[in-house]
Amino acid sequence: MSDCPIEPQGVIVRQALAYRLQIILAFGLALLCSGCGALTSPDLDPNGPITLAERQLLFDGVSIMMIVILPVFVMAALFCWRYRGTNRSARYTPNLAYYWPIEILVWGAPAAIIIWLGFHLVPGTHRLDPYDPIDTGVTPLKVEAVAQDWKWLFIYPEQNIAVVNELVFPAGQPLAIRITSDTVMNSLIIPALGGQIYAMAGMQTRLHLLADEPAEMWGRNVQYSGSGFADQQFRAVATTKDDFDAWVAKAKSASATLDASTYETLAQPSQKVPVTYYSGVEPDLFDRIIAKWRHGDIVDPAPAIPAAATVE
Amino acid sequence: MELLGRLTFDSLPFYSVIAASGAGITVLGALSVMAVITYFGAWRLVLFDWVSSLDHKKIGIMYIMVALVMLMRGFIDAAMMRSQQAIAFNSDGYLPPGHFDQIFSSHGTIMIFFMAMPFLAGLINLIMPQQLGSRDVAFPFMNSISLWLTTAGAGLVLISLVIGKFSTAGWTGYPPYSGPEYTPGVGVDYWVWAVLISGVGSTMSGINFLVTIIKCRAPGMTLLRLPLFTWTVLVTSVLMIFAFPALTVACGMLALDRTAGFHFFTNAMGGNMMNYINLFWLWGHPEVYILILPAFGVFSEVVATFSQKRLFGYISLVLATCAIGLLSFTVWLHHFFTMGSSANVNSFFGVMTTIIAVPTGVKVFDWLLTMYRGRIIFKPPMLYTIGFLVTFCIGGLSGVLLAMPPVDYLMHNTTFLIAHFHNMIIPGVLFGYLAGYMFWFPKAFGFKLNEKWGAWSFWCWIIGFYLAFMPLYVLGLLGMPRRMEHYDIAAWQPHLIIAAIGAFIIFLGIVCLAVQLVVSIRDRQQALDLTGDPWNGRSLEWLTSSPPAPYNFALVPQVQSIDAFWDMKQRGVAYERPERYVDIVLPKNSFIGAVIGGAGFVFGFAMIWYIWWLARCARRHLCRHRHSCLRRRHHHRDPGGRSEGHRGARFAQLAMTPKNEMADDPGFAGQPLPEGAA
Repeated sequence: MSDCPIEPQGVIVRQALAYRLQIILAFGLALLCSGCGALTSPDLDPNGPITLAERQLLFDGVSIMMIVILPVFVMAALFCWRYRGTNRSARYTPNLAYYWPIEILVWGAPAAIIIWLGFHLVPGTHRLDPYDPIDTGVTPLKVEAVAQDWKWLFIYPEQNIAVVNELVFPAGQPLAIRITSDTVMNSLIIPALGGQIYAMAGMQTRLHLLADEPAEMWGRNVQYSGSGFADQQFRAVATTKDDFDAWVAKAKSASATLDASTYETLAQPSQKVPVTYYSGVEPDLFDRIIAKWRHGDIVDPAPAIPAAATVE
Repeated sequence: MELLGRLTFDSLPFYSVIAASGAGITVLGALSVMAVITYFGAWRLVLFDWVSSLDHKKIGIMYIMVALVMLMRGFIDAAMMRSQQAIAFNSDGYLPPGHFDQIFSSHGTIMIFFMAMPFLAGLINLIMPQQLGSRDVAFPFMNSISLWLTTAGAGLVLISLVIGKFSTAGWTGYPPYSGPEYTPGVGVDYWVWAVLISGVGSTMSGINFLVTIIKCRAPGMTLLRLPLFTWTVLVTSVLMIFAFPALTVACGMLALDRTAGFHFFTNAMGGNMMNYINLFWLWGHPEVYILILPAFGVFSEVVATFSQKRLFGYISLVLATCAIGLLSFTVWLHHFFTMGSSANVNSFFGVMTTIIAVPTGVKVFDWLLTMYRGRIIFKPPMLYTIGFLVTFCIGGLSGVLLAMPPVDYLMHNTTFLIAHFHNMIIPGVLFGYLAGYMFWFPKAFGFKLNEKWGAWSFWCWIIGFYLAFMPLYVLGLLGMPRRMEHYDIAAWQPHLIIAAIGAFIIFLGIVCLAVQLVVSIRDRQQALDLTGDPWNGRSLEWLTSSPPAPYNFALVPQVQSIDAFWDMKQRGVAYERPERYVDIVLPKNSFIGAVIGGAGFVFGFAMIWYIWWLARCARRHLCRHRHSCLRRRHHHRDPGGRSEGHRGARFAQLAMTPKNEMADDPGFAGQPLPEGAA
């Protein structure tokens, strides 16, 4: 365009203007995005297929709903202006109260959208059922999560370690988490990886997650649980396989072990508990925590409860 | 100290400056109200004309007064939360967790139970019987009991500021946290008993409204001629009757857990908190439709009146209202998609929830089509309606998103959810009630509210709303949970600061409402509503004088069409002087309603503080008056001659003001002309 013989100056001016507009637009968008925090949002910038799929459903919903939302905005603005009382040139039909084609449209359009949405909602809910294992061909890493006042205890039964307020796992290997609470209701979420599920005493819930890349994320309880609620969060770290093994070895070298009496002390309410490692865990501790609430207040250490009752 | 149960001097709020000033303001407020009444020597008037009144209009006005006081209180809570969160990045802010938690609990409790519910009952009481062409509700005495039981609940919430502490368990009171093991103090008891006592009142209101609509319609007022506000009240009443018992049962069981050592919802001993959550939302979801349907009714009346046009799609709107009422009982599980239900269960409730968007969408389009080819006059109620139409759609959008279980897994318990339901309840419910308040104020008091200040309040409310709640959507996407007393993620703070600014602008909106009321009372002589029909209205409430006679209609009107009053104006019979008047039987004033409310308050207070002897006394009192409810002796006869006198004065007044008050508006499209007159 710059070698256009006619009006070269005008073209240059226009180009410069367009360039400047582009910069302003890009800058504005960046400002908006960072302003809205989209770049730092765990929901909008996920690190796993679950949040990614949940986000996609969110976007699909927003887009399809625009078919009815935008006309409402336009009609509201248009009608307010055109049919303002002082505008005597606009048509006025004080008795217009029914017109069947319009009735069909106002019922039909939202119904069509909802039907379309239903075809996404039902399969989406089945596909993203937090109880379903994630099929990647890799054996999932088993973790047992216990909500306490006001911290999270993660037990790794296969590694025979436990850790407070830190969840470390290899990227690329699915996580299979069994969840319970040893106090009031809690809800476990790692927003960058996937949705939440409640933790309830005497019951077990499940959550399956997967991280794509090694990254440091955060997770927490999002169900209000008392005065230590705000600080009831933990580091969720996706690592490489080697880093994970190193981390397990570090935990294994911890001096403390998690036996019944250590557990009782840990379960007492406490806030801002630092990351703590336990190199050994009482057998079936997770199931015993559940069983405690199902058999009255007395913990019966003798019989190991096989598969504790669940909400499944 | 056995005599006072667990009540000791330590229960007084001298442990913190903020708590003590809250208590101080509450006590000062109560004292200054009493001082004002004494100063004007108005105790007789207050007691004998208002407290003991069984007149549905006065009861309605008192309900709305309760609602406005509680709106103030609930807003102060909101402002404290917003300011705390705006500064609490890596710091403790100015509110310790125990206090912050009480504030979000009381904010939700007050706004739902003691702001929205009384406002709703007030508007219904004031207008619905008049729209039916009725002289009163079906059970005027029960109406008074409902009012005073609701007031007793509100009183318990207010007094928790002064004596003891309020609940920290949120407005939903989820166990086991709300159980005796984790929250042993009086806080949750205050919540439980306030909700239980006012809940009984709400159930009775529902019964009263339903029977009124079924049994007390004017001749010719068939169901399909009911004004849309009354239609929504009909459906809301059914919802109240079916839903409130679930709340009463859930709270009653929680009270047994707390007070009598039961184990319905405890962790151990076979309790199960999921049962509470299930029961609570079995009430809780219909409840939001209980709140919003009458507001939809207000919007329907306002949009037709100020578009100077018939309501578009009356049958569609009625059907949509009924559909919403029915569907509202099929969606409650969406409040706990994350409790571990199977994918089949979650998808069923997800689909049912999205289906509600269909009748709601129909309503929005029908209101817009009512404006189409109308002559819109932008009075404050209409401004609120247009603000609602636009803003509500955004809330509907986020609602449909949350109805998809996988999205809910991510967004549940975050501020996205908070943004969503405020986006439904502020434009949908509160704007509706405020529109109704400004629309029907002249009917209640005989003069119009100042329109300039009304418009200012609208602009503050809507701008404040967007600033306060759009950032919460973003924060939800940033993962911020609700109910955070402090936080350590820097990206959240800017949004919380904007939200706090929004809350401040909403505060200006509330100030505008107060100024509007004061200015309007001062200038009432310039804004008198002499015709009783200040907006060139369409339904029967505009046939009565403003304020109406105690019996509303000296002669019950004959209804021949939808928009009954418009039709009467068209036929030229609206102001026809009847040939003779009949005697009218009216209920006599009675203090028993207020006494029952007082006994309910004392009973609740005694149960909260374990003052057993007092609880027994109060219960005995309640039972004694149960019998007097059944006696039919408190009626008096209003002789026809007297109503002739009233009506005579009214017709003289009408003769002096032949012109409708709207006629001076530049957008006025004309009064309905008698057929053939054109």
